[in-house]
Amino acid sequence: MSMKFRVLKNIIKQGFQGMWRNKGMGLASITSITAVLVILGLVFIIILSLNNLVVDTKDKFDEIQVFLEDDINDEQISTIQNRLENQNGVSSVTFQSKNEALEKMKNDWGEEGYLLEGLETNPLPDTFIVKLKDIEYADEIAEDIKDLDGIDEVQYNQDIIEKLVLVANYVKTGGMIIVSILIFVSIFIISNTIKLTVTARKREINIMKYVGATNGYIRGPFIIEGVLFGLIGAMLSIAAVYYGYEYFFNTVSDRLYVLFTIYLVPPTILLKDIMTIFIAIGAGIGALGSLVSLRKFLNV
Amino acid sequence: MIKFINVDKEYANGVKALSNINLSIGKGDFVFLVGPSGAGKSTLIKLILKEENPSSGRIYLNNMDITNVKNRRIPYIRRNVGVVFQDFRLLPNKTVYENVAFAMEIVGSHPKEIRRSVPTVLGMVNLSKKADCYPDQLSGGEHQRVAIARAIVNNPPVLIADEPTGNLDPDTAWEIMKLLRDINRRGTTVLMATHAKDIVDAMQKRVIEIEKGVIVRDEEKGVYEHEI
Repeated sequence: MSMKFRVLKNIIKQGFQGMWRNKGMGLASITSITAVLVILGLVFIIILSLNNLVVDTKDKFDEIQVFLEDDINDEQISTIQNRLENQNGVSSVTFQSKNEALEKMKNDWGEEGYLLEGLETNPLPDTFIVKLKDIEYADEIAEDIKDLDGIDEVQYNQDIIEKLVLVANYVKTGGMIIVSILIFVSIFIISNTIKLTVTARKREINIMKYVGATNGYIRGPFIIEGVLFGLIGAMLSIAAVYYGYEYFFNTVSDRLYVLFTIYLVPPTILLKDIMTIFIAIGAGIGALGSLVSLRKFLNV
Repeated sequence: MIKFINVDKEYANGVKALSNINLSIGKGDFVFLVGPSGAGKSTLIKLILKEENPSSGRIYLNNMDITNVKNRRIPYIRRNVGVVFQDFRLLPNKTVYENVAFAMEIVGSHPKEIRRSVPTVLGMVNLSKKADCYPDQLSGGEHQRVAIARAIVNNPPVLIADEPTGNLDPDTAWEIMKLLRDINRRGTTVLMATHAKDIVDAMQKRVIEIEKGVIVRDEEKGVYEHEI
């Protein structure tokens, strides 16, 4: 065993000892980290689901409808079609004649379709349905074509998506603020816990300094202690969030609220995501908490 | 071994602790540092241990310029100096053996080396039989002998003793002095700050006297007080 390795082993051993000695306050630290991460998990689930909803809605609304005037001629139609097909961000252009539009409407109305039979003239216009790669392109295209001859109106649903994105952003920001505050609180609690170990070992630390222990050797055990608290908190919260969410997900699916579940992240995919995030944040809070208390106490 | 050149030390609060200190302590020397409380003895020791930095001047230890060193180098500088204090500073929850072994673990010594060196050093300070005792089972003199064992177990070239006999009765104090003399005879440079007049007078070693931050006397085979 090399010298470095022996020193490292000592540091780790002392870290575990410190954690054990500090069980009481350690419990407080672990609880606070677990609480932060569980709440983070909830925010995370909500954000992911909202995101799914946004993406899905974008897919549904990523088209624009170009209504044509009644007295349009074939030449004008093909000019418009050409113009549309050459736009940026267009994935397909479909022409729907006024008769096709009426047929479609009858189908959509189903049982009540017969009501449309009474119409003397077809009130629906010829329409180009333009599928977009992304709804973002809609404004640009609408602006470009709206003055062409034969076009009555350009219609698309940017509003819904904008509102949805806005809500998602509020949730994200709100969630992040809450989580940040809680992270701050946890760091404070951890630093207080570590302070207890530092105080308990003040004598030892003082002697270590005179014998020539490096800062790393002195600080290492405390940082490890903090990280261990963080990791235990991470494990607990991963279990809580995963099993809790799985239960919720299954309950919702069982009752066939399919409309709702399609937007929810499947629990197994969630597990993969939160594992790394929680472990990183838990260990980070622990290490940071230790460093905060060490900065004050261990000025060599 | 230890060299101060024109060293001044003024604390941040404006107190001038040392001014224009020049001294040179050679390898294997035994030096008493005397003077009234607050004269600057502790500050001088703190400068050697890099607990404080001098305001001006240069300090050398073991042929290294330690005047300005990066913080992370300080532990390695301290490994050149064993320290013994008036209040012993042992760890109460460790045995005598563990207290000494602790100093070796910190610097990453091999376990085999630790198992070999600790008993040797405990033999030197005559505490082999007390290896498994805890500090509260020891007398004051024994406490200090453990502290000395811990200070020398890593074989530092310099041993600094800050009033090592201050808490001990005269007989025990002499035991400790004999031990320090033995350690010095083996080649370790010893710098001892003390108020013990009889010890200084009897030992006939070099004496450096500080008063109000200035060296007022530095003589070979000196005594505690000026001869008037």
